[in-house]
Amino acid sequence: MSRIEFKDVRHAYPSAAGQAPVYALKEISQVWEDGGAYALLGPSGCGKTTLLNIISGLLTPSEGSILFDDREVTQLPTTERHIAQVFQFPVVYDTMSVFDNLAFPLRNRGMPEPRVRERVTEIAAMLDLSDRLNQRAAGLTADGKQKISLGRGLVREDVNAILFDEPLTVIDPHLKWQLRSKLKELHQQIGVTMIYVTHDQVEALTFADQVVVMHDGAVVQVGNPIDLFNKPRHTFVGYFIGSPGMNVLPCKLENGQPVFANNLLSSGYPVDTDISGKLEIGIRPEFVSFCDDGIPVEIEKVEDLGRYQVVTVKHEAEQIKMLVGEDQSIPSISPQIQFDPASLRLYCDDWAVETPDA
Amino acid sequence: MTIELRNVSLRVGAETHIYETSLSLQPGQFNILLGTTLSGKTSLMRLMAGLEKPSSGRLWANGAEVTGVAVQKRSVAMVYQAFINYPSFSVYDNIASPLKVAGLPKKEIDAKVREFANLLKLTPMLERLPNELSGGQQQRTALARALVKGADLVLLDEPLANLDYKLREELRDELPKMFADTGATVVYATSEPLEALLLGGYTATLNEGRVVQFGKTSTIYRHPETLEGARVFSDPPVNIAAIEKRGDTAYLSASVSWNVPAKLAAMPDGKYKIGLRPHHLSPNGAGVEVDGEVQIAEISGSESIVRVIVEGNNWVSETHGIHSYEFGQSTSFFFDSSRCLYFDANEMLIETQL
Repeated sequence: MSRIEFKDVRHAYPSAAGQAPVYALKEISQVWEDGGAYALLGPSGCGKTTLLNIISGLLTPSEGSILFDDREVTQLPTTERHIAQVFQFPVVYDTMSVFDNLAFPLRNRGMPEPRVRERVTEIAAMLDLSDRLNQRAAGLTADGKQKISLGRGLVREDVNAILFDEPLTVIDPHLKWQLRSKLKELHQQIGVTMIYVTHDQVEALTFADQVVVMHDGAVVQVGNPIDLFNKPRHTFVGYFIGSPGMNVLPCKLENGQPVFANNLLSSGYPVDTDISGKLEIGIRPEFVSFCDDGIPVEIEKVEDLGRYQVVTVKHEAEQIKMLVGEDQSIPSISPQIQFDPASLRLYCDDWAVETPDA
Repeated sequence: MTIELRNVSLRVGAETHIYETSLSLQPGQFNILLGTTLSGKTSLMRLMAGLEKPSSGRLWANGAEVTGVAVQKRSVAMVYQAFINYPSFSVYDNIASPLKVAGLPKKEIDAKVREFANLLKLTPMLERLPNELSGGQQQRTALARALVKGADLVLLDEPLANLDYKLREELRDELPKMFADTGATVVYATSEPLEALLLGGYTATLNEGRVVQFGKTSTIYRHPETLEGARVFSDPPVNIAAIEKRGDTAYLSASVSWNVPAKLAAMPDGKYKIGLRPHHLSPNGAGVEVDGEVQIAEISGSESIVRVIVEGNNWVSETHGIHSYEFGQSTSFFFDSSRCLYFDANEMLIETQL
């Protein structure tokens, strides 16, 4: 096991001769602490799989270096990095038994048979596969097969990290949570560094202690679930985390305070009046409410989602989404809304205006 | 188009895929088939399209019988979960393909392709090939091809399942709008209850080859006629427990009890079941207090879904905000008993909420 460090890593896939390189991964310096549970979260095409492949050695970055416990591994091939990887689709040998599938990575490395037996039994118990060890893998359901893939990732004791690339994609939604809870439990039991790539916020936030949010080839925020919700550092994080995402609205400054729709929004930001750039406020739908004396709006749409209603309102050209309780009535005559000042964020050119730990 | 299924069933070998089903879908209506994998959504759609011949029963379209009429001879379009496009055709040619097959004049084809490309935000990508597009753009291309035909019946089989959830959010918002003006009857299959609620319209809950209930989406959600219906239309799963009713009191256990609505109080004493939606079970608040042993806390961006064992039942609490728990932690949960759905011994709803 080891601590993994990225130093100024950048990667561009080959581009046509004479053209400037396009970076799939912009400059990243990031430490993955030994034994941590990390998630790489972002939409498809954000660079998260590129990053994962750089860790495993499937890809050598065009710039920068990768260290495992201060040892440079940038040029080392996958086989010498001792990384286990679990993919989106189950990789199992259908003709082998569950036992032989789990034993495969160990026997490959010449582990003595009694120790193989011990280890496979242990991992099978963790994954609730003990009673199926003699069964052929072919007869298992998709989630059963994916459990074997997970087991094969977990069975080796000599790995530096285990990488998961969207491992629950093929699992029926009703079974996903069981595998999620299993993975979390396993991380607590075996304490190996785990890096989990997903575009699903629930998977990322449930599994990881630290979530690395990626956007357009760059890391835009690293944080725990509470910070990502309450203090998005970038408008993309506000949009991507939470459903519906954060409202981002244009604003201007008056006497150092943000103003939207002629309403002074006391935000308590220590705003530098010299600030220049595209200024916006971010407010989550959770923190917008109806009131008697606020911003006048028109109601565009009310969606009944059972546990709450999503109300889309409009002030001039700006669309604002708000969450309203399931039993709460929607005002029909001249509705007005307000923003909870404590939950308001100010952004300049998409980045939060503040010191990161404020 | 009015689509009517009269006692339609589908058997394949010894297996029954669809049990006798009668269903009537109105023109311009957005209909959702909601159920888990293998509940029969796709089979039902294939029957509607004419891709599958029913083992019994009849199908009617606009008052004319169409049982056994091949799909090519009917005004039907279908979009699947996997993005199906012609890989060597540009987006433009992909969208144009059904019109070319129909032999429309070039000028008319061009106008239609541009109209639907615009509607689906594909105008800047018309010259690209499918593999140069993102997943969302590929699926929008497939949708445009289905829409451009102007089919009377459009069948969408989990069309958003392979997309990132943020893209799903956007397309879910756009889809009902796209069809609103076409007058087409839309049938949309999904395994996600939240998706059904977001799309609105009408929902048929499906389970193991049977239509459990059909009606307005919000009615089907709030007033499931059976426990099965409540189960199908709840994610996270609806919390279920057996209770003992004596007089006007319900007992979940010797120590947990509450007063029941008058209608249930008047019914014979004995065993009943309750269904409680996860968002009505909260770690803070008032009402009936129960002890829960936490299994896992799952976090979506703004909500926590906590799996707990309550009096031997596997329950789920869904609350706003981010709550962390340790595995095995014991903690109190609360619910307002007026939120309970009550079911009799046959798992039929006892309507106590109006």
